[in-house]
Amino acid sequence: MTNLRGALSALIIAGTMASVAVADPVDDSLIINGETTLVTRTKAPAHVSDALDEVMSGWLFRGTETRAMQADDFDNPGMIFVEQAEDVWNTADGSEGKSCADCHGASSDMSEVRPTFPKWNDAAEEVFTLEMQVNDCRENRMGAEKWKYNGGEMVNMTALLASVSRGNTVNVAIDGPAQATWEQGKELYYTRTGQLELSCANCHEDSYGLMIRADHLSQGQINGFPTYRLKNTKLNSIHDRFKGCIRDTRAETYSPGSPEFVALELYVASRGNGLSVEGPSVRN
Amino acid sequence: MRISILTTIAAAVSATALGAAEIAPTAVSFEDGAVSQSLTGVAGDPANGSEIVGDKKQGNCVACHQVSDLADVPFQGEIGPALDGAGDRWSEAELRGIVANAKIMFEDSMMPSFYKTEGFIRPGNAYTGKAADDTFGPLLSAQQIEDVVAYLSTLKE
Repeated sequence: MTNLRGALSALIIAGTMASVAVADPVDDSLIINGETTLVTRTKAPAHVSDALDEVMSGWLFRGTETRAMQADDFDNPGMIFVEQAEDVWNTADGSEGKSCADCHGASSDMSEVRPTFPKWNDAAEEVFTLEMQVNDCRENRMGAEKWKYNGGEMVNMTALLASVSRGNTVNVAIDGPAQATWEQGKELYYTRTGQLELSCANCHEDSYGLMIRADHLSQGQINGFPTYRLKNTKLNSIHDRFKGCIRDTRAETYSPGSPEFVALELYVASRGNGLSVEGPSVRN
Repeated sequence: MRISILTTIAAAVSATALGAAEIAPTAVSFEDGAVSQSLTGVAGDPANGSEIVGDKKQGNCVACHQVSDLADVPFQGEIGPALDGAGDRWSEAELRGIVANAKIMFEDSMMPSFYKTEGFIRPGNAYTGKAADDTFGPLLSAQQIEDVVAYLSTLKE
């Protein structure tokens, strides 16, 4: 990364480039509703310090208007879906006649949950994403139908659980029983897939801050998910975003909820340990 | 013996007549990352090459490279080096090798290999996210490669 960026800087200084796009992350602070300051830039966690000095939220790579939308809940279109999920949180469903609130209390009491997912589940003996945990609750505690992994009800619920955690620090465990899954995710992160032979790292580790056509490449952090994208005007789940990226390498994608994407999510989440939970964020 | 030689010559002549004498992606001969032999035997068309370089649906080279000569093409990327002066820096054979498969010359290059059909991990059917099927071919045709090389050769400082 340093070499490529250094070489490009040298070219810019030499004045040999046709034009120089403004592409570095901005120097700005994300303060939600004028009260909660989020960490959008911090020292890289030890397990990625060989690749990055700092980890940065995708928010720093977006334009002024997009950044402003996320800073105020009245302007953030993702909050509409949070409100819908809040109604669902308090509504009984399934054969047990229970709502989420009956066991968990107010949604605002769940602020410690999102920051630690994906995490190892002892009973299931596998790493659970937040979506898997929600469906486990629905199926085994509520006697309710599972939601589609990346369907509307699920992404809304993950938006609610993220929103109440905003300002809390992403801190997923990568050791102990989760380590093998984390290693698998790391392997996937550096695998160059598809006919374009691009890995996550090619764009989001080696080239962040640079323009690829009209896109300003970020570090691909997922602390802001689910994210309301202006391009498709809806909330987007982490696995849907992974799928879109891999599709764009002209590859056969993995499926949302697949073991591969669960592993990749754990690994990518761990690269953002230290950043604040931001979901639902606003992106282009 | 005589018959088989004649048959071979006849086949070669008819292949040339059909314009099918191009070198397949799997048969390209690289030397230090360069490819000296034309992939088609037909001179590249620089005008068409410039279209391919700037067109999102063709080479889309500007996704990563800036080209002052194509100043009317918006949103030029900055991942790879600017292509200005490429015709001074590289020979035609080197340009052909880099466009066909840059990873032969630059092992860890991020640049996609535009004339390659094998060795991919989970190759897809274009941008559908589905698996590749029997329509799978190189990103650019042999003649498109020649056209791009012809265009890049015109980029002199």
